[in-house]
Parts: sequence; C-alpha cells; structure tokens
Amino acid sequence: MTSLFSSLALVVVCVTTMLIAFYGLRLSRTTSDFYVASRSVKPWWNASAIGGEYLSAASFLGVAGLIMLTGQSGLWFPIGYTAGYLMLLLFVAAPLRRSQAYTIPDFAQIRFEDSKSLRKLTTYLVVVICWLYIVPQMHGAALTLSIATGLPGWVGPVVVAAVVAITVVSGGMRSVTFVQAFQYWFKLASLVIPTIFLLIQVIPEQDTADRLRSLGTQLENISGLNLYETISIILALLFGTLGLPHVLVRFYTNPTGHTARTTTVIVLGLLSAFYLLPTTLGVLGLLYMPWLGSTNETDATVLLLPSAIFDGFLADALTAIVVGGAFAAFLSTTSGLVVSLAGALSQEFFAGTVRGFRISTVLATALPVLIAVVTNSLALAGAIGNVFAFTASTICPLLLLGIWWRSLTAKGAMAGMLVGAVTCGLALMLSSVIPPVDELWFHMMRQPAAWSVPLAFAVMIAVSRSTRRAVPSNTDTVMARLHVPDRGAQL
Amino acid sequence: MSPALQITLIATIVAVGIAAIGYFGFKISRSTKEMGTDAEEATFTTLHHMSVAVPHLERGLTSEGAAKSAKALRRLLNCPVLLISDTRSILATDSGIDFTAALEEEAGKAFSTALATGKTQVNRSSGQDFVSAPIMVGDQAVGTVTALTPRAGAGFVRAVSEVAVFVSAQVSTAQLDENKAMLLEAQMRALRAQISPHFIYNSLNAIASFINTDPARARELVIEFADFTRYSFRRRGEFTTLAEELEAIDRYLLLEKARFGERIKVSLRIAPEVLPTQIPFLSLQPLVENAVRHGLEAREDGGVISITATEDGLHAVISVEDDGVGMDPEQLASVLAGTTVNMHVGLRNVDVRLRQLYGNANGLIIDTAPGAGTQITMRIPKFRPPRPAGTGA
Repeated sequence: MTSLFSSLALVVVCVTTMLIAFYGLRLSRTTSDFYVASRSVKPWWNASAIGGEYLSAASFLGVAGLIMLTGQSGLWFPIGYTAGYLMLLLFVAAPLRRSQAYTIPDFAQIRFEDSKSLRKLTTYLVVVICWLYIVPQMHGAALTLSIATGLPGWVGPVVVAAVVAITVVSGGMRSVTFVQAFQYWFKLASLVIPTIFLLIQVIPEQDTADRLRSLGTQLENISGLNLYETISIILALLFGTLGLPHVLVRFYTNPTGHTARTTTVIVLGLLSAFYLLPTTLGVLGLLYMPWLGSTNETDATVLLLPSAIFDGFLADALTAIVVGGAFAAFLSTTSGLVVSLAGALSQEFFAGTVRGFRISTVLATALPVLIAVVTNSLALAGAIGNVFAFTASTICPLLLLGIWWRSLTAKGAMAGMLVGAVTCGLALMLSSVIPPVDELWFHMMRQPAAWSVPLAFAVMIAVSRSTRRAVPSNTDTVMARLHVPDRGAQL
Repeated sequence: MSPALQITLIATIVAVGIAAIGYFGFKISRSTKEMGTDAEEATFTTLHHMSVAVPHLERGLTSEGAAKSAKALRRLLNCPVLLISDTRSILATDSGIDFTAALEEEAGKAFSTALATGKTQVNRSSGQDFVSAPIMVGDQAVGTVTALTPRAGAGFVRAVSEVAVFVSAQVSTAQLDENKAMLLEAQMRALRAQISPHFIYNSLNAIASFINTDPARARELVIEFADFTRYSFRRRGEFTTLAEELEAIDRYLLLEKARFGERIKVSLRIAPEVLPTQIPFLSLQPLVENAVRHGLEAREDGGVISITATEDGLHAVISVEDDGVGMDPEQLASVLAGTTVNMHVGLRNVDVRLRQLYGNANGLIIDTAPGAGTQITMRIPKFRPPRPAGTGA
C-alpha cells in the first residue's frame, strides 16, 4: 500500500522539523519590553510540551497494537502511562523543582554532594535508559516507513537518527517548549481526525453492530495477561514514570514547585484525552482487522485501519495524516531523549563543552540505530514497558527515598540501584532468550517489576540502615530546600 | 524487546565485564609482582598504612576521620591500643584489647601532659606504657596520638613521635584548605559587584532634572532607583535567577534612559526556558552597564543593546551586545588579566567570579574591535553545583 500521500507527509514532517531547528531562533520573540521578555513558560504550555515529548511510538502505535494482541489487558498500558504522572505529582514534581536539579545525576549530587561514584552510577543508568528508550522509537520508524513507502526497514531508523542529530547539533530550538507543545497538539490532531472519520463511517452501519456482538467471543479467544503480569506491569508503569530523564528535565522550566504541580495535573488531563484515541482505534482494529492479531504487525493497526475501512483518496489522505503524526512522535521523543543523553555523556566525558555535546549527540543517535537495524521488535508498547520496569527498579527508588527519607545514604542508594539494575536487566534478557512457557517463574522473568522494584527499595533501605553513620551532615539543609514551599518574595 | 536485541545486549555486557576483570586483574598482578626485597616490602607496607590513614584526616581532626585513621595507625605501630585526641577529649580509639574505663583515665593523663608540654611523653604504669605525642599545628598542640604498649622501648617512642609529626602535617594541610576556602569566600564577597558610584551620581542628577519639569516621572524614577538599590544591596545568597536579574536590568536601563532619552534602544530575545536558571548575583547588569558606559555613551546617536539568552543543552548561554564604539582587544585582555586598572573593572569582576564558580573554562567570552561594537557572552550551567568549582569537592 505504497502511497504518494504518505511519503509526502513523511517528507513534510521531517523537513518542517529541520526548518524549525535552523530558522526557529528567528521566530522567537524579540521585544524591547522586559515584562514581556521575562514572562515564564505557563504550566499549560509546559504540560503540552511534556505531552509532546512523552507520547512516543509506544503510545501512538503500540497501545492500539497491544489491544489487538492482548485484548482488555492491553488497556492497562495507557492507564499506567497516564497514572504514572499521578505518582509524579504526589511525590516528586514539586520537591524536584525546588531542588534546582536539572538532570537526575544533578539530583544525586545535590542530595549526596560527596559521592562522586553515585553521580557516575546515576549518569550511566540514565544513559542506558535513554538508549533502551530510543531503540523502540527506531523500530516504530522502521515499521511506519516500510508500510507507508515500501522502503527497506533500515531506512526509517536512519532517517529519524539523521533528522534528530542534525536538529540537535544545529542548536536552534531543539527542546524549546513551544515546539514540543505544538508536537502534542499535532499528534493529537493526527489521531483525532482519522478517528472521527472512521467513527462517522462505521457507527451507522448495521455491520458494525453485528461485529460488536461478536467482540465478546473474540476477546475470550485472546489470551490476555494473568494477574501477576498485570500487577507487575501496573507497578512498572506507575513507578517507571518517576525516572524518565527526558520528562524530568522539563520540570526545570517551571518557575516554582507550585507551577510544577499545576503542570503535572494538566499533563494528566492531556494524556487521558490522548489515550482515548489509540484505545478506540485498537477496538476498531479488533472489529475490522481481526486477522492482524495473529501477524507480527499488530503495531501497524493505526496505520492500516484507514485503508481497511475506506477506499481511494480518503484512505490515502487519512493514512498520510497518521503517518505524519507517527513520525512526529518518533522525532519529538527521540530528540528529547537524545538531548538528555548527549547532555549526560558530554557532562561525564567531555567536561560539558560545546564540542563535547556535539560528539555526544552523534554517539547518542548512532548506537540505537545500529541496535534497531540488527534487531526487530514485536510489541512497541511492551518494549517501552520493559524500559519503565528498568527505571522503576533503579532511578525511582533513588528519587523517592532521596526526597522522602532522610536516612538514605549514598552507599545505600548505589547498592539499591545496582541490585535493581542487575536483577531487572538480567530477568528481562533471560526471558527473551529462553522459549516462553506458561509458568509463574517465566512470568516473573518477563515482568520483573513486581519483585525487582520492592527488592531495590529493600536493598536501599537495608544498606542505608547498616551504613547509618554515613548519612550526609547536610541532609537537613537539603531536605529543607526540597520541602519548604518556595519563597514568594524576592528579597 | 526482541531476542536478537537481548542477545546483543548480553554479549555487550559480558564483553565489557570480561574487559573490566581482565584490566583490573592485569593491574593487580603487575602491582604484586614488582614487590622486590624484604626491606622494600617493609617500606611499602609502612607507606601503605600511612597512605590509608592520610585521606581520613584531610578535613582536620574530626571524630569520624580520626576513627578511620586510628585503625590504620594502630596497624602501622602494631600496638594493642591507639587513640587520637583533640585538646579536650578522646576523639577515637582503636583497640585490640579490652579498653577499660581505668585505662581510659590513664590515657587521659598521658595525653594531657603531652598537650601541656608539647613534647612526647611516656607514662609508665602497671606494665602498660602510654606513649603520647602531640599533634602540632604551627607551634600549638591541637591534639595527640597516644599509643598503649606493654613495654615502650626507645624505638617505639620514636615511631609514635614520627607518626604524630606525620599526622600534624596532614592536619595543617586541612587547616590550610579551610583557610583557602575562607579566603575564597572573602574574595567572592569583595568581588560581589557593587553599584558604581558613577551610576548613583548620574541617576540622582537625572532625577533632579525632572523634579520641576515632570514631577510624576521624577517620582517614578526615584522608586525605580530605590528598588534597584534594594536589589543590589541585598545580602542573601550569591545567586539569583535570570528573571530577577533581568528585572534589575530593566530598572537600571529606565534610569539610564532618563539621562540619555531615546538614544538607548534595547532588544531582548530571551528563551523562557532559561528564566529560572540560577546565575551569579549581579553578573549580567555590569555587562549591560559596560555596554551603556563604554559602548554607547560616546556615540552621539546612541545605539542598540541586545540581550539574548538561549538554551544549549545543559547550559544557558547569555549574551549582551551593543553596536557602539567597541574596544581594543589587547587593552581588554590586560584589563581581564588585572594588569590595568581602569573603567572596565566591572567586566573583570564578573569574569573572575564566573571562573571561580564554574571553573577556568567558563569565563566571559568577549568579541570586539574598535568601531565594531562589543558582544559579551557567558555560558552558565543550568545546574549550580552545591560548591563552587574552585574549592574542590
């Protein structure tokens, strides 16, 4: 189903992204009015930007694909992806903003200023997380490009990597709030428009009612997730959101802890609205393309649906819109991750110089392309779910205990993160090389979050307890900085 | 994740692990191989014990550091009990035997005589000898190293004295560090930009000229002046946000405009993302003042000052540009080096503070030539480390 429109949409999205990067600076507001110039980013804009950066291939394509693959169980993913922000709101958003930390390693340094090794370990984990997160974006790009244009799979990752590397290196407005905020609304629109057209077409049909009636039996035949896996996934998604490097840097833009909270509430609303769409499309997929569930291309549901229901021009146009939106999703998430990743690498290995940042950017994009080209992915949402399990077992305990428990020590934090990273990482790797069996131990390997997250917390607490004397002497000062509401007055 | 990806990852991790183990194994095997003769080994062991004891004392005589170094020093002296005290009490005891309250009292006596005399003392009592040597900083005893041994020979006494001398050196270094930090802080305070006397004089004159012709404006200007001085006189913290600094610059420019009228134009391009960035207090205002004073004042028709702030990964890049008369780069270099004292003293001030806070590579970047205007850029990390780069940590 090669289509001129889809190819065109792709080119338009990529070229627009690059043009904004090159010329974007000229668009930024120039004024002679100080009041206008020092207007800070409104929570509404920042929330849209977080949405723009967060909604990745997993959300755009993966959620519908997962509903095709696992039926109702797939619904837990959009719920978890959203509800994670509730945890962020309750436990992390405001204190993290008040800490003045820009990245997660910065937070580690603020909390334990004497422990260089903790900062290093946190940096390495951030690098691993970003890489793991970028790879599924590349897979999404490969899938979308080969469906839309028929080009071989490696072209997609290369195109995404090239566009992202060029835009990030050129400086420009790579992470500027307004561009990312626009991305959210663009992604939303590129799913809303096809969804509305599809619903208008299918709802009045008698055929749809018949299909709906058979949906029940259809769902019964799909093997969903069992209780353990469901709990594990919910835990991973809830806690994993707390440690996403590219999301947390956005909170720095908020002027105060209070605005950080407001932003998070708006993000919750925006994500809830967005996830209605892939869910609807997933159900439509079950109704109109049930055969897709048994193939390897369930992630393509959203892309294929318009042409399954419409013919001719309308099908092409709607597909083009979805393809454009999907590419926007890959580009915005990847560039957010690459900026975080390149920042961490350049800080760690190049002393934070401009040149170091450029080299790091190339490194940050090249490696995931290699991995993505030599591997292939079945379920995008599942792959991202694994990344969430990993962050939940490493960064999340550091942030939660670092913010809320004054007895945490640097040694405890390091031990917990190491144990979490090793157990969760090994379990995920082993579960993908040994052939699947329907036993509890295998489920525990495939969805490790339910035990690896508590384990990481337990190790962190136990080791901190046994190294009680190493609690930093400035803990009270740091805690006060994290938790005392911002001073309203400036003097 | 797919099997192939997983396999790649496993292979990578295994490869990295083997490389790391191999590297460390090679290093360890090499270091043990070159041990040499017995005498060399004894020297090595002694030095090793010393080097283990040293790092714990780099913050001076704290009970935490003393506890750790006492352990290493006892191993070095090979005695049953070793304790480190300050001038009043025992800071740390490392003991291989049962250290009773009676012994503690004996030890107390031993180290107080050592402190009083400033010389190594040997207290002999009931088969247990206490050797106590003072830790001297300058000519003052700040603590002691006290060792308990069944029979203290001359050699042992000398060894304890030498250890005390060694510890003294470490503690002195710690005090030196402390002094250095204090010096730096004092320097920072002194460097903290102050409003220039020119500016106060000029502003007040400008305001005075409006009092008769435009009383309402004069009143406004006085309030601006008051607000600006309040900002620059404040004593809280070395840092401020870019947003607050811009507000102060706004006030400053309003006052300058009262004098220059429409000859000064301002163009601002500020990325809102960098507004919350913490920048050194009054680090941007002197650059704007420099642009007004040395760039535009000399020109009949005035000019434009552009202030831009953009995001650059982990840094915020802030620059102040004017299209005024420019400066001679060589003269400027000598200003920044501190060899000439002249009117650009504000620039040097900012430059030195930036270097102290963010390391030598992060001073001002100045782009100028006579007649070509001036662009001054600073690159500030968005994250402000808890301690400045100059003081270690």
